[in-house]
Amino acid sequence: MSETEKPGSGPASPEPPKKEGLARRDFLNEVTLGALGVAGLGSAVVTYQYFTPNVLFEPPTRFRAGNPDQYPVGTVQFLQDQQVYIVRTEAGFYAVSAVCTHLGCITQWKPEDHFIECPCHGSKFQQDGTKVAGPAPRPLPHFSIGLTADGELVVDKLETIRAEQVLKV
Amino acid sequence: MASAATFLEQLRQTRVWKSIFRRGPALTNRTRSLAVFGNLFLHFLPVKVREKSLRARATYYLGSFSFVLFLALTISGILLMFYYHPAVPQAYRDMKDLRFVVSNGVFLRNLHRLAAHLMVIAVFAHMFHVFYRGGYKPPHEFNWAVGVVLLLVTLFLSYTGYLLPWDQLAFWAITVGSNIISSMPVIGHRVRFLLLGGNLVGENALLRFYVLHCVVLPLAAVVLVGIHFWRVQKDGGLTVKEERERKE
Repeated sequence: MSETEKPGSGPASPEPPKKEGLARRDFLNEVTLGALGVAGLGSAVVTYQYFTPNVLFEPPTRFRAGNPDQYPVGTVQFLQDQQVYIVRTEAGFYAVSAVCTHLGCITQWKPEDHFIECPCHGSKFQQDGTKVAGPAPRPLPHFSIGLTADGELVVDKLETIRAEQVLKV
Repeated sequence: MASAATFLEQLRQTRVWKSIFRRGPALTNRTRSLAVFGNLFLHFLPVKVREKSLRARATYYLGSFSFVLFLALTISGILLMFYYHPAVPQAYRDMKDLRFVVSNGVFLRNLHRLAAHLMVIAVFAHMFHVFYRGGYKPPHEFNWAVGVVLLLVTLFLSYTGYLLPWDQLAFWAITVGSNIISSMPVIGHRVRFLLLGGNLVGENALLRFYVLHCVVLPLAAVVLVGIHFWRVQKDGGLTVKEERERKE
């Protein structure tokens, strides 16, 4: 061992020759920190994946709403399980979401007032989902509605359509 | 009375006592200090306090009150856990059983519920009091920040506990609350999905809220409360109002 490597050697002792690049200790520190960083990032990603469920036991978003004949012209019918209104007008059918666009409460169709009303914070909508009053930021969306091959109504809640689109039967 | 005192004195001289507490009787200031320093549960408390910081008007004991409520909630919560299943058909029935079937269940449930309401009030009152006393100023800034996080933990505990009775109130409160979360820009819907474990408040949400309520958040609270108490002492004690009228 040379004299310069002893701890506490005074300033008079000759400087050790400067080596190019990193010292061994710094190199190992950086490698270790880098490895821990990669491992930490990896575990964060894996934990995020773990917390994201792959299978959900939720009601299907695409459902059959029965025969068109069971909806008389000029009525709004609430499907409790699906939280959707099936509206039949002279023009035809459309499906309106019953979930308030404000904070997700389930609205109610009030036939006496001819409004869809939210019990939580008082939003009011027309039967086509247009907002009339209250804190709701958007109109109630219309879901895609069609007919199956055997003539039943089918609604897909994942697909929203423009309010002008009406299913003619 | 005298015999009890001598008995205690003799007990403190025994080998078992000295082995547990690492000291004999606390008869001098030095040994009294050591009694505090050498105890895991007391070491973050000050050995000496200023008399004026003990007065009711100095703090109204709001922080201590919050902590006592936290202890009461922990104990009553653990007792409630013995009867509660965090699963969809049972949760509501277990809550009803606790109210109407289990001996003293209604007492424990209401103790837990009312103490939770009180703790939110107490924590807010503590916060306001510290704020108006200027307790956020140097050198107390860090402890103020810890206190803000503790307020958030208290509110999250309150929010997650609200779902567990699994009644209509719980369901719609969490539906509304989680929709507020999803209005966060960019990540809102993702955070809501992860928190609920799905797109709606269902059995995954109940289980997640249960784990957060009974394990994750209480552990966070215990660690933060430890830091909070320890820092009060390290930052030089409580922020006490100067009594100007006395000087005049």
